[in-house]
Amino acid sequence: MGMTVVEKILAKAAGLKSVKAGDVVEPKVDLAMSHENAALVINQFKEIYEGTGREAKPWEPSNIAIIFDHRVPAEGPKTATNQKLIRNFVSQHNIEKFHDIRGDRGGICHQILPEYGYVRPGYVVVGTDSHTTSHGALGAFSFGIGATEMASVWTLGVALNVEVPPTIKVVVKGSFPKHVGPKDLILHLIGKLTAQGANFRVLEFHGKTIQKMSTSGRLAICNMSVEAGATSGIVPADEETVRYLKEEAGVKGKIECVVPDDDAVYEQIVDVDVSALAPQIACPHTVDNVKPIDQVAGKPVQQVVIGSCTNGRLDDLAAAAKIIKGKKVAQGTRMLVFPASGRVFAQALDAGYIHDFMKAGAVVMNSGCGPCLGVHQGALGDDEVALATTNRNFKGRMGNPKSEVYLCSPAVAAASAITGVITDPRKGGK
Amino acid sequence: MGKVVLKLGKDISTDDIYPGRFMATVLPTETPQFCFNDRTEFNAKLKAKAIPAGSIIVADENFGCGSSREQATSAVKGHELVVIAKSIARIFLQNSVNLGLNLIICPTIEANEGDEIEVQAGKVLNKTSGKEFKTVPLPPARQAIINAGGLIPFTRKRMLESNPR
Ligand code: SF4
Repeated sequence: MGMTVVEKILAKAAGLKSVKAGDVVEPKVDLAMSHENAALVINQFKEIYEGTGREAKPWEPSNIAIIFDHRVPAEGPKTATNQKLIRNFVSQHNIEKFHDIRGDRGGICHQILPEYGYVRPGYVVVGTDSHTTSHGALGAFSFGIGATEMASVWTLGVALNVEVPPTIKVVVKGSFPKHVGPKDLILHLIGKLTAQGANFRVLEFHGKTIQKMSTSGRLAICNMSVEAGATSGIVPADEETVRYLKEEAGVKGKIECVVPDDDAVYEQIVDVDVSALAPQIACPHTVDNVKPIDQVAGKPVQQVVIGSCTNGRLDDLAAAAKIIKGKKVAQGTRMLVFPASGRVFAQALDAGYIHDFMKAGAVVMNSGCGPCLGVHQGALGDDEVALATTNRNFKGRMGNPKSEVYLCSPAVAAASAITGVITDPRKGGK
Repeated sequence: MGKVVLKLGKDISTDDIYPGRFMATVLPTETPQFCFNDRTEFNAKLKAKAIPAGSIIVADENFGCGSSREQATSAVKGHELVVIAKSIARIFLQNSVNLGLNLIICPTIEANEGDEIEVQAGKVLNKTSGKEFKTVPLPPARQAIINAGGLIPFTRKRMLESNPR
């Protein structure tokens, strides 16, 4: 019987000839990623060793990545102290894949991992972050876990009791209309599948549209696969994956691509045609509350946010800059831009996008998670409405349970910043 | 037996259970104060210790969706609440198994706040309505972690066995 990509990856990582959905395996972990919540991982890790008389040393420091992004620079003493504790651990154990708060090497974990070539096709990647699904964009099986489970991975080097997930094959065809792109595709798909439609499942992406899509776009769709409940999203590695890793991530040597068997068994096949897709908006307070833009156009917004691990890459900033260049952010609306990494920031500077944003009246912030999770930088006031290129609109997500968050693409965000109301970039402003 | 102290709808996110702005607080001993923080009344009752251990939260489908933050699990666990949900999001389920939070999957559960519930093997009994609902067992691989008392003792044992020095 044929295997899906994830089945192949898991079989290899568990040292088995084949596996099928439902089997329980213990795959070796190639990359274990954490951010500031490494503070909790360290705590749990030490507890595992407590009373054993053994020294708490991670199984393989070179397989561990730690990236500061959620609260950078620290918003308060508690975070700063957590970060300090993690820094000490990192230097004590020689964890080299460590990205501190820096303008050159810093950024959001889900951007840093691909950018630095830490993820390869066929890898098993775990991260203490639900959007670890992102790295399926490079043909890896990549999923989110909790801090205690990460402590267990640091100890044993394997993920315990992983049930091989059934796979839903998503076949995407058609060319995107102007101002419509990967973000609209994934929002549309989440609306179709619902917030739990892919719970305990993998979304494996196929079709001409995906083949033509850049790694950046693939990262956006795999990133948000978790919003349909998916364990992971995955794009089988292909020429574009190899190109990205070699040209953009500087990876040297042979890159092996894992692809599904022709007779792989899928639980379900979902077909999507994007050729007539309109810009999509996820309305409060669930990500599956998705509507085509004409149903919400005209809604006033007080804060526009462009960035995050979903849409904070160079092509996202380019799409937004193109629309905002030479225009002004509407009175009564504030626009916040946070590039996904230091590298993206520098590239956007060189390309002139940062200048375009600032001249238009946007505030460009340091790279990191920014307002996405409502800790600091850009909290909302009572009854305020945000329109964001981020990935979650849960009640209170942007720091205030009395506010609303709408999700959209960078093009919609930029067009709406100019008018101050949700605006279809295909039509332009008033 | 326990009383239903909170009835929730579907897609309750970890931002609801434990808002992101308290994520700098990580230790299981400290997270319970922010459990359902923005449900002000419920949170106040929890903090006043007015809700006894073993009390029950009943939720619809997809409980615990969203972030992988383990604070959401440790906060509920800290009050020794029991969660009965129609279905549970993957990471939250796994975190609960790992930390020993009592989660029960019961796809047909019907209960209101104030109802008395008894959890039995394979079923949930609503004593107030007199109705009975089947539960879905956790996969055996997960049950092994629960039986070991959580992932920390489970991993400790594995570490000592696999690497006897
Ligand atoms: S940008 Fe938002 S969704 Fe992405 S890792 Fe940061 S907090 Fe999570």
